[in-house]
Amino acid sequence: MPELVITVARFGFLVLLWIFVFTVVGVIRRDLFAGARSGRLVAAPRAVGASTGQATAKPAKVKRGRAAHQMVVTAGQLAGTRITLGEAQITIGRAEDSTLVITDDYASARHARLVPRDGQWFVEDLGSTNGTYLDRAKVTGPTPVPLGVPIRIGRTSLELRP
Amino acid sequence: MTIAATPAPSPATAGERPGVRMARSRRNAELSLLLLAMALVAAYGAMVEAKVLDTITPGFWVPAAALTAVFLGVHLVIRFLAPFADPALLPAVALLNGLGVGFLRRLDLAKAAPEERADLAIFAGTGGRQLAWTLMSVILAAGLLTLMRDHRSISRYAYTLGLAGIVLVMLPAVLPASISEINGAKLWVRIGSFSIQPGEFAKLALLVFFAYYLVRKREVLSLASHRFLGIDFPRGRDLGPVLVVWAISLLVLVFEKDLGTSLLYFGMFVATVYIATERVSWLLIGLILFFGGAYLAYVLGETVGGPFANFYLRAQIWLDPFAEPYDDGYQLVQGLLALGSGGLFGAGPGGGQPLLLPEVQNDFIFAGIGEEIGLFGLSALLVIYLLIVERGLRAALAVRDSFGKLLAGGLAFTLALQVFVIVGGISKLIPLTGQTTPFLSAGGSSLMANWLLVAVLLRVSDAGRRPVGGSGGTVTRPSGPPEQLHGAPTEVIKP
Repeated sequence: MPELVITVARFGFLVLLWIFVFTVVGVIRRDLFAGARSGRLVAAPRAVGASTGQATAKPAKVKRGRAAHQMVVTAGQLAGTRITLGEAQITIGRAEDSTLVITDDYASARHARLVPRDGQWFVEDLGSTNGTYLDRAKVTGPTPVPLGVPIRIGRTSLELRP
Repeated sequence: MTIAATPAPSPATAGERPGVRMARSRRNAELSLLLLAMALVAAYGAMVEAKVLDTITPGFWVPAAALTAVFLGVHLVIRFLAPFADPALLPAVALLNGLGVGFLRRLDLAKAAPEERADLAIFAGTGGRQLAWTLMSVILAAGLLTLMRDHRSISRYAYTLGLAGIVLVMLPAVLPASISEINGAKLWVRIGSFSIQPGEFAKLALLVFFAYYLVRKREVLSLASHRFLGIDFPRGRDLGPVLVVWAISLLVLVFEKDLGTSLLYFGMFVATVYIATERVSWLLIGLILFFGGAYLAYVLGETVGGPFANFYLRAQIWLDPFAEPYDDGYQLVQGLLALGSGGLFGAGPGGGQPLLLPEVQNDFIFAGIGEEIGLFGLSALLVIYLLIVERGLRAALAVRDSFGKLLAGGLAFTLALQVFVIVGGISKLIPLTGQTTPFLSAGGSSLMANWLLVAVLLRVSDAGRRPVGGSGGTVTRPSGPPEQLHGAPTEVIKP
């Protein structure tokens, strides 16, 4: 084997090794950006597919500035937590699979849920033990939630924000 | 108000919509990366032969082809049974494994007499045995992927696995040294010429148990606390389990004379507790306990000796390897010299003198490879490890259930810690301990355990990346988990 071939192969191998590394990074990068982009815009990155159909039709009806885009926890253990609202419903409770898992002694496993309907969010109690309150009134059926009005679940308090 | 009674798109309707951006399985990317990795392995084999034999034998591609065949098999298993698994994991692991086999074969070539070199059988020598182990491990990993359709199903065996893990950890310690001791570390069970390292499997079993235990206890561990100096510290009585694991790892340190394994178990537990509770205090407590314990062992080794003497000796070598360069410090000094003579770009595959390194097929494989591919190549290997770990942590972030999160996070961390312990050891960052380099060094137990680990990570990442409510209508899941009730995962942005 001529020395030149071996030297070229030696450096070629190292370059190829790094090409492999960067190809892997490239594959991962596309993956990361796909997740991050949809993750920031909507609450449900993995449910995006479910909502792409309506997404084209819906934004026209939602008036900018008045629609709720965020849910903020204002009191309780999770105070300061924000959830970006999307097209999917938000479930609240102590159960692991809730969208907002609250560790509140007075909350039920599946306590309440927030459901969007034409840009308006509705709160619905799911038969909780201690009840859900919209401001001072107990929620009995699906009730529309205005912006900035606290939803109280146990010691936790939530608000919708634009 | 009846309108709101019909909820947002149900999982059933979501499942009927294929071709969603997030739902891409990326299997073709995996396939091309895998083929690139195997091309690298074949090129490595050819270069070794060119340098060592001065000619390339017509059969240079056979080991690479055998590996390619079995990895393609796993790829097919993933394609059908875990279609949304992470595309980067398998190729990265396959490359490390393939280069490991290639390097071990290179050692065999160097050891063999010059006239026998050209016709070294495929399964002969250390490299051949490693190749056979790889084939077996990969088939086992594929089997695990096939059997375990949902990572949550292993949580059912958590207590059994926990018990099995402790037994496996303790087994070499209680067995007589003639069965269990190799090179001063009692980590082995030897039956005839066949030896296994039960600790490698114990790692996985214990981690399943830790994850299961912490899912159940994490609220107590993270909520009940008092605040001190701005950090939440847990209550005294909740320290129980962490102290038990600490005691076990110290016993391992003393009776199995192995700092690396002890550090691995303890670090694994502390990391899973931290992932479960998000409390920095656990990291602090863990670090203080470990360093306190290690220092105590060092002091005891100096004054009392006995079971602590081995650790004291290792610490002494680490502090000054050149004090006795031909005696106690020989291993470490040779490793450092090999890395040094490799320099930036190395001597080229086949161009180094790896046989000067004691234990080059196990502990010092990183130094041996480093001599030939240099810092440039070694850092590529380290980045590949980093990417594997990153994908593991990513799987932990993506998966929705707490058990899966803890399991994947813990496994990824364990892999990282093991690489740190051994690479830190040979580069004299920490005292050298006899850990295997995952996927590279010779040894069936380590290879098999690490491939099982990869299988679990693949399974968890499949669960995490799988679109909610079926998989785009193309893949059916006979024994899958109950479908998620809600489409929206939690998104928490800390203020």
